[in-house]
Amino acid sequence: MLLVLAAVGGWPLLRTIWFSLTDSELADLGDYAFIGLENYVGEYGLLASPEWWQAVGNTLLFTGLSVSLETLLGLGVALLLNQASRLRTLLRAALLVPWAIPTVVSAKMWSWMLHDQFGIVNHHLLALRVIAAPLAWTADPQLSLFSIVLVDVWKATPYMALLILAALQMVPVDCYEAARVDGVPRWQVFRRITLPLILPGLLVAMVFRTLDALRVFDLIYVMTSNSRDTQSMSVFVREQLIDFGLVGYGSAAATCLFFMIALLSIVAMGLLRKTFERAAA
Amino acid sequence: MVKAGAVLQVLPSRAAPRQRRFPWGSIGYWVASLLFIFVSVFPLLYALSSSLKQGRGLFSPALWPEAPTFANYSGVFAEQPFAQNLLNSLLVAGSVVTLSLGLSLMAAWAFARVEFRGRGLLLMLILSASMLPQVAVLSGMFELVRAFGLYDTLGALVIADLVLTLPFTVWVLVTFMRQLPKELEEAAAMDGVGVLTLVFRVYMPLLWPALVATGLLAFIAAWNEFLFALTFTLSTEARTVPVAIALISTPSGFELPWGKIMAASVIVTLPLVALVVVFQRRIVSGLSAGAVKG
Repeated sequence: MLLVLAAVGGWPLLRTIWFSLTDSELADLGDYAFIGLENYVGEYGLLASPEWWQAVGNTLLFTGLSVSLETLLGLGVALLLNQASRLRTLLRAALLVPWAIPTVVSAKMWSWMLHDQFGIVNHHLLALRVIAAPLAWTADPQLSLFSIVLVDVWKATPYMALLILAALQMVPVDCYEAARVDGVPRWQVFRRITLPLILPGLLVAMVFRTLDALRVFDLIYVMTSNSRDTQSMSVFVREQLIDFGLVGYGSAAATCLFFMIALLSIVAMGLLRKTFERAAA
Repeated sequence: MVKAGAVLQVLPSRAAPRQRRFPWGSIGYWVASLLFIFVSVFPLLYALSSSLKQGRGLFSPALWPEAPTFANYSGVFAEQPFAQNLLNSLLVAGSVVTLSLGLSLMAAWAFARVEFRGRGLLLMLILSASMLPQVAVLSGMFELVRAFGLYDTLGALVIADLVLTLPFTVWVLVTFMRQLPKELEEAAAMDGVGVLTLVFRVYMPLLWPALVATGLLAFIAAWNEFLFALTFTLSTEARTVPVAIALISTPSGFELPWGKIMAASVIVTLPLVALVVVFQRRIVSGLSAGAVKG
């Protein structure tokens, strides 16, 4: 099993890093020359490419916006789900619907709903006089990234809510009992009891989502293709690697993304460990 | 968890007398819940409605189609090898589930029961593999796939998808296996049972609920996978459904055939949604076991 994982995970990763130091091209992978760090710092290297930095910026903006919105909404939904009620089963079933829908399908569904001429979203916004003219949700460079964030929030909030709910259900009931006996107002209960107790779980969920959002591909590729305005790092890598056939250069970009995520995971793990220790103490 | 839930259900009745003035809280709860349910489900309903419309009817925003028709559904199957694509997806997802459950069951046994050096570190390494961005293995995987002569075949996708599923199936199964009593294994050792028999005859039946949960998650991951499927297949016959849906277009290439895209989307999504709703408890426990204990 470890051999399989090493073969399907470790080996390709090492090959990618190796390719990033060469000038190999897709047409003939066997024929390449070692060129050192040329793909990174050379005259036409990655670090000198405005397109790459635009992709980095897009990815960071996308990640920041969607993860913070998902955390807030996920927390709200988790609190709703934590209430005993007749609606609870229905609520949980509804929660899993966006999560289970394939990303490609949700991207298509929303592209259709956000269609500039025939989309239902524009239709209702026009009818309600919120907007004066139809908006090109996915084509307008000012808007398209926000449309993508919207779809991602729709799709990923359930996951966030489930993780937060798991944390909520571990809060001992005695704490709430004691707070009610003392007549602590609801908001204070949430801020002083619930939030500190679920904080470790909440942070784990946020880290998971952040690492996931940083490598976003499907959603952006399906909704706006290779458009520069919304291109994420993963989309950039695939464009270079497959569409342009520049395996060396694309691998360099992939390696950068990999190290960014690896570094972030290590930092996050360290922070999480600290939070857990504090929570345990 | 069960205990906490049971106690919580008692709470509202006790708190009720204080809220008698005006139930703002419960109105807020209902409004928020219904709004949330609406937002979650509406896009799927609208896709379903659009898939039943045709021609100019498609441009009307009405949720109930004027003249419902299944033409889009038959069109999807007639104009492209969509049945083949569905079969491909099933084959890939099925083999990925079988392989990753079998492999990770053995691995989980090793991690949960066998003491060896560097166990914690290795487990950490496996967990970090699940954070791996797919594009980071793309060029290396491409080379591997070509070297094995698997380019444009389903085998390539099975191998590639294992990178996505193995880390979390191992992780979840380890957490579940640790909860089983050690005596089982001692009893089995007494009876002189081999490791494989132990894992597959003794542990597998006991871990059945966990296997269902992780298997479903692996199935969904493989069924929805897009990047590898897009990159490692070329011909329409080798595509899986996500790729097929993403690449549907009209022969003229002007406006996308939205009705057909929605029909294909509905076909792909409904079985998944049904599975998920039926197994919701299992899935929720699998998802949280993978994350909370990490």
